[in-house]
Amino acid sequence: MTAYIIRRALYTIPLVLGVCLITFVLFECVYSPKDRAIRQLGKHATEEQIQDTIRREGWDKPAAVNWKAPGFAKLTDTRFREHLVRLLLLRFGRSEKTHEEIWGKILRGAVPSLKLTIPIFAMGLFVGICLSLMVAYFRATYLDLGAVVVCVAFMSVSILVYIIGGQYLLAQNMMLFPVYGYAPGVHSAPFLLLPVLIAVLKGMGGDVRFYRTVFLEEVNRDYVRTARAKGLGERVILFKHVLKNSMVPVLTRTVLAIPFLFMGSLLLERFFGIPGLGNMTIEAVESGDFKVLSAMVYLGALLFALGNLATDISYTFVDPRIRLR
Amino acid sequence: MSAEPDEKVRSLWGEAWHRLRQNRLAMVCLAVIALYAAVGLTDFVPVRWTVEDGGTTREKRGKLLDWAFARAVGETDKEQSYSKPGREGHLLGTDIHGTDVLYKALKGISVAILLGSLTAAIYIPLGLLFGIVAGYFGGFVDDMIVYVYSTLACIPGILLLIALMAVMKKGIPQLSIALGVTGWVGLCRLIRGETLKLREADYVLAARAVGASHFRIIFLHILPNLFHLVVITFTLGFSGIIMSEAVLTYIGVGVEADTVSWGMMISNAKMELSRDPSVWWQFTSSAAALFILVLAFNVFGDALRDALDPRLRAGRAA
Repeated sequence: MTAYIIRRALYTIPLVLGVCLITFVLFECVYSPKDRAIRQLGKHATEEQIQDTIRREGWDKPAAVNWKAPGFAKLTDTRFREHLVRLLLLRFGRSEKTHEEIWGKILRGAVPSLKLTIPIFAMGLFVGICLSLMVAYFRATYLDLGAVVVCVAFMSVSILVYIIGGQYLLAQNMMLFPVYGYAPGVHSAPFLLLPVLIAVLKGMGGDVRFYRTVFLEEVNRDYVRTARAKGLGERVILFKHVLKNSMVPVLTRTVLAIPFLFMGSLLLERFFGIPGLGNMTIEAVESGDFKVLSAMVYLGALLFALGNLATDISYTFVDPRIRLR
Repeated sequence: MSAEPDEKVRSLWGEAWHRLRQNRLAMVCLAVIALYAAVGLTDFVPVRWTVEDGGTTREKRGKLLDWAFARAVGETDKEQSYSKPGREGHLLGTDIHGTDVLYKALKGISVAILLGSLTAAIYIPLGLLFGIVAGYFGGFVDDMIVYVYSTLACIPGILLLIALMAVMKKGIPQLSIALGVTGWVGLCRLIRGETLKLREADYVLAARAVGASHFRIIFLHILPNLFHLVVITFTLGFSGIIMSEAVLTYIGVGVEADTVSWGMMISNAKMELSRDPSVWWQFTSSAAALFILVLAFNVFGDALRDALDPRLRAGRAA
């Protein structure tokens, strides 16, 4: 098993390197250093300022191979090496636009983001599993069919419609919630209520449909028949036996969602003015701040790769059959 | 799985169509999709017509859809501002420039069609080619292809889309490229898995035994048996493409500002809602147009998957 875990962990390394290469091509190679400098300084920058910025940011070095450098430095004195070091050692540096420390920005944004995403995650999971167990209880009835139709309908509404509609109807017209804004500490709660509600509602269709499929796959297993033969009630079978045995697919979906909690929610934060990481990412897109953007893309990928690794390893503990492979 | 002598033997597609036809909900959805497609395609047909304007006749060029609206509603009065639904022949009202909202909502279909087909034209060949090559040949090629798509899959989808769009300019072709680059991974994975299974199928082994070339085996024996996966992926993926367009356009990295897409309409409508009195019709119309098409694709796609799923077929024949 140790060999399996080590092999699985080593496999993460080329993935992370690949992500570094992709972000390098996207953010360092598509735009020329001059374009980037002009975007940072504005259209009225003088030639001197542009050259200054290019030198300060290290954009005057060649991209991948430095033919002028002596010996081994041909491969190391390049922008690619700097990009690699910056991402792999998590030294993100300063923002191109505001010259703030990127880590400072990330740490400041993480708190509001987590305050938004953790309640969404917890409520979504709880409500989703409860509703889908209920649907599974009424399987093969019109109630079940109706629930599936409603789920598909919920999935077919654009997230924009949920957000704009919710904001307009519930916050602006009925004044149940504040429309926009954020306050630090405990006072953030009223601002977060509506976005959380909208996100839970938005995710419900897909979640209930997914969990229902998982539960229905278990419902026809032999152990369920045995339990029924013993005279156990449908409720005990469903909530005790089926729920426990469906934990593996449910856990996968859950664990894989956890890394993304840190990334915040792009649209919700944007619409409701929550100063989290999602908002920061969109601001970086708008101002063309590729350093912030590449840091966020890399962090997202890293968290995903590590989350995947954690899931695979946790399987070996949950399900002994997997160790054999 | 031999058919009864008196039972008509149907091909996979014939059988699937037969099953689909019995699903009334799926047929309604197919009709809705066909209606959308028919209306959307009128926006690709160029026509010329003449307008009488105070004694002088002007020739106008445009698309069939423009012509239909010019006939039905009359010329757009550029002086005009918002008008409510039902007024002056504008069934769904007009926007701030006096443009008919129904016209815009219908025009959004052609953007959706263009985007969907362009994206499909990128990700389907990519996914098929790499999926088959990886699954059929295995070994080093397989490792490389799996590595490439695992790396792409590492990056959260929406972030990769935004990153791609941030370095490209706005526009429909760029959006298709971004959606294609992120979209081929899922198809490739599916095709690779299925090819791995098909490679060991008896008829493929038989073909190899009689000396068929790899090329012949792939095109004659493997590709036709993968096609249902492509159709299912395309149908279920279409709604995702439309939804992504709306989200990306709202963030400001989608289509250009002069493109009449549903995402653009919804984004513009956000401000209109908070006007006093509220201008709700553009938001509602575009949201409804999007919702109905996406719902139709979702329901039809599910039915199609059930109809084409070989496991279900086997279960029924047994």
